[in-house]
Amino acid sequence: MKTVFRQSVPGRTGVVPSLPEKRASGMLPKELLRQNAPKLPEMSELDVVRHFTGLSRLNYCVDGNFYPLGSCTMKYNPKFMEHVASLPGFTQLHPLHARLPQGETLAQGALEAMYMTEQLLCEVTGMGAFTLNPMAGAQGELTGALLVAAYHKAKGNKKTKVVCPDSAHGTNPASAALAGFEVVNIASKDGIVDPAALAEVLDDSVAALMMTCPNTLGLFEKKLPEIVTLLRSVDALLYYDGANFNAIMWRMRVGDVGFDVVHLNLHKTMGTPHGGGGPGAGPVGVSERLIPFLPSPRVRKNDDGTYALHDDYPDSIGNVAPFQGNFCVTLKALGYMLRLGKEGLARASDYAVLNANYMRKLLEGHLDIPFNRICMHEFVASAANLAPYHVRALDLAKALLDKGYHAPTIYFPLIVKESLMFEPTETESKETLDRFCNDLIAIIDLAEKDPAPIIAAPVTLPVRRLDETKAAKEMVLTDEP
Amino acid sequence: MPYIPHTPEDLGAMLQVIGVKNLDELFADIPAAMRPRSFNLPDGLSETAVCERLEALAAKNQHTIPSFVGGGFYNHAIPKAVDALAGRGEFYTAYTPYQPEASQGTLQAIFEYQTAVCRLLEMDVANASVYDGGSAIFEAAMMAARATKRGRIIVDETVNPLYRTMLATLTANLGFTIVTVPHADGAPDIHALQKALTDKAAGVVVQNPNFFGVVSDFSGLFAKAEEKGALSILATYPVMQSVLKTPGEMGADIAVADGQSIGQPLGFGGPYLGIMACTKALVRQIPGRIVGRTVDTQGKTGYVLTLQAREQHIRRAKATSNICSNQALCALRALIHLCLLGPEGLARTAEISMMRAREAEKALTALPGVRRLNTLPFGNEFALVLPKPATEIVEAMLREKIIPGLPVGSWYDNMDNVLLVACTELTQHSKIEQLAAFLRGNL
Repeated sequence: MKTVFRQSVPGRTGVVPSLPEKRASGMLPKELLRQNAPKLPEMSELDVVRHFTGLSRLNYCVDGNFYPLGSCTMKYNPKFMEHVASLPGFTQLHPLHARLPQGETLAQGALEAMYMTEQLLCEVTGMGAFTLNPMAGAQGELTGALLVAAYHKAKGNKKTKVVCPDSAHGTNPASAALAGFEVVNIASKDGIVDPAALAEVLDDSVAALMMTCPNTLGLFEKKLPEIVTLLRSVDALLYYDGANFNAIMWRMRVGDVGFDVVHLNLHKTMGTPHGGGGPGAGPVGVSERLIPFLPSPRVRKNDDGTYALHDDYPDSIGNVAPFQGNFCVTLKALGYMLRLGKEGLARASDYAVLNANYMRKLLEGHLDIPFNRICMHEFVASAANLAPYHVRALDLAKALLDKGYHAPTIYFPLIVKESLMFEPTETESKETLDRFCNDLIAIIDLAEKDPAPIIAAPVTLPVRRLDETKAAKEMVLTDEP
Repeated sequence: MPYIPHTPEDLGAMLQVIGVKNLDELFADIPAAMRPRSFNLPDGLSETAVCERLEALAAKNQHTIPSFVGGGFYNHAIPKAVDALAGRGEFYTAYTPYQPEASQGTLQAIFEYQTAVCRLLEMDVANASVYDGGSAIFEAAMMAARATKRGRIIVDETVNPLYRTMLATLTANLGFTIVTVPHADGAPDIHALQKALTDKAAGVVVQNPNFFGVVSDFSGLFAKAEEKGALSILATYPVMQSVLKTPGEMGADIAVADGQSIGQPLGFGGPYLGIMACTKALVRQIPGRIVGRTVDTQGKTGYVLTLQAREQHIRRAKATSNICSNQALCALRALIHLCLLGPEGLARTAEISMMRAREAEKALTALPGVRRLNTLPFGNEFALVLPKPATEIVEAMLREKIIPGLPVGSWYDNMDNVLLVACTELTQHSKIEQLAAFLRGNL
């Protein structure tokens, strides 16, 4: 499709306020003004509506397609959540109003929503307190790592390292590094963290271990009790990456088993939409001993039942966001938790795990599954068995697109060759899983007989395979002639 | 079962295929000692009941009170078409475009967003956005440190104090020195900023209009930065940028902004978006997602995420940033907003906002004992010095259901009597009259 800039017609207008009596040149000195008007598109409202409706049709999305993208928890996003997050009482509320003297009276509903969300997240995870400050999962990780650093600093501990398993998301080492830590990687054994490998790198300089549990292979970290004991022996903390939290609600609470810090991706487990890449929300929960370091101000309930923001936390790390995180995303998560309640949340995890295991069983024998045992909410297969036919994981992914499915995550985690990571989520029906697996098996069978059409896929989408090397080399990053 | 389609028959058949008797067996890997101590959550509610509950909370907020609070976040009109288009499930229920062939809608929109940002700011390259204006400043400071291999960041005190707090928190363990250059009556002290620019400085961060609404030209400062080998970082306000001298014209190396004012509701703090753009020379230093144009195997134009070698999923601990996603839906909203308004609509929005602000300035400075903090050019926000503490006046006027502005005393020394007053195109003349009348009554 033509870009908006190529559709622009000089003088055409969409939604334009009436002509002001004074122009900028009458209000500010010339040297403070731009010389030329910005070359933004000039379009009618209908032009704009047609263009973006047209663009939207080029996307696969959960509303239209099965989207088993591993590690991303692409579950259905209930429509009522959009309604609650678009109520004018929330959307038109200025965040600074709550910081005015007596300003909390203007935002009682919003503060109560935040308080409720924090309380519910505490109960779901077993943590002592939550902050809604971080605006995304990766920012939650960074917040968590900063909290770990603040805790050790206050205790006078000289800690310089954070340990990450080789199965970790790339954000873990990147976030730990941003919090000032040296990152130590350890190899997994049988797909899970090996206590012996951990013991080898563990000394007084280790501040924390960052764990994803279940890990990115979809396996539960069975050695967790040993790992907790090992870390306690050197006063190191245990960090829980909540990327895969959708697997274990009600089956385990991370606070109960010894984790000190956890971030949750509300856009995964709590059903808020992924928005094509964001906004998400990455609230962070902590055990009692880390509470003093949480971002400030924090919302508190007064004795009279009203709510207020308090900033009397002298040991707080400060702020990673200007306000209380992506508030309207948090609201959707609150709606989701209230809707599902105790049984619904537990059931979400149970059926997410059921669906993943069912898919795993349907696909075993067709794809290599390196750790083929009961998995949690996702599992990792390998297309390495198709190498003799010159078919790679990428080719299977593209062939699936032609069948109307979004592809699984490919080439992650890095520790499995030609990996395909499937996460069906609980909201998909047996029929969808059956149909998907049948279609995938047909693709695999075809790969062995006649790989050419698979290597050529996709052919039914708006574009065929794109030249990423050319993009990186030529760097055409804006639409200039 | 809400959102779970399985019938009892489905469950039975699936358990049989897996080879387990019940759901519990799927969780056998979790040791018994690790079972939850409690899971004391409320029972689930019907959709109607949840909506009623949250509607009741929304109704407790007093969002319709006339307010002159800005502080970097402004109540501009958002065309309804923005909600309608960004509310399409094809956009908001997709994810990061890892499979470009199935994500051309999101990818082309981001490419267009990058272009619109570059044209608005007159910069060469923009990323697909970061979380907000504050995280954009932090990432810009990191870029400066990487590009210059220096660790000293010069920050003007009139940069939004909320962002300066974020910068301090986010850089706390990185060994940076943040040098805050004190303001001069709410204006940037250009002389002091220039003096702070030694050859140890990685970058200088300034804001236009600044937190006090003052509009400046930083060309001279940026020339000095270049001379010292430091990068210049300018935080802007997208609506006002439609008329103000651009970061590109001033010679900024990196321009950042919070995109709230273009298409994002105030929403009690978010989601917003962090706009980031830079010169071509810095393209490999800019963090976050970037979309590039390319062709498919048939030569047809298409779009992909590009320059991914900078990112955490490849570089891990050595990545340019830990940022994994962007604010794609907010960037889409910003783009649609800019397309609907066009250059003329955006400029008129800025100009009407400025006119209202001048009207308010005239009415309020006519009151006894009320004066401007300085007499410098301003945009749609200005600072007043009141005859008594601004917090007292705000508290008193809250009872009269009007919010006169933002007191700044909690962020700046000796500024207890200073009030920031902001207007937008939505500020009504009658409310300005009401503001002046009530303020007179509370002085």
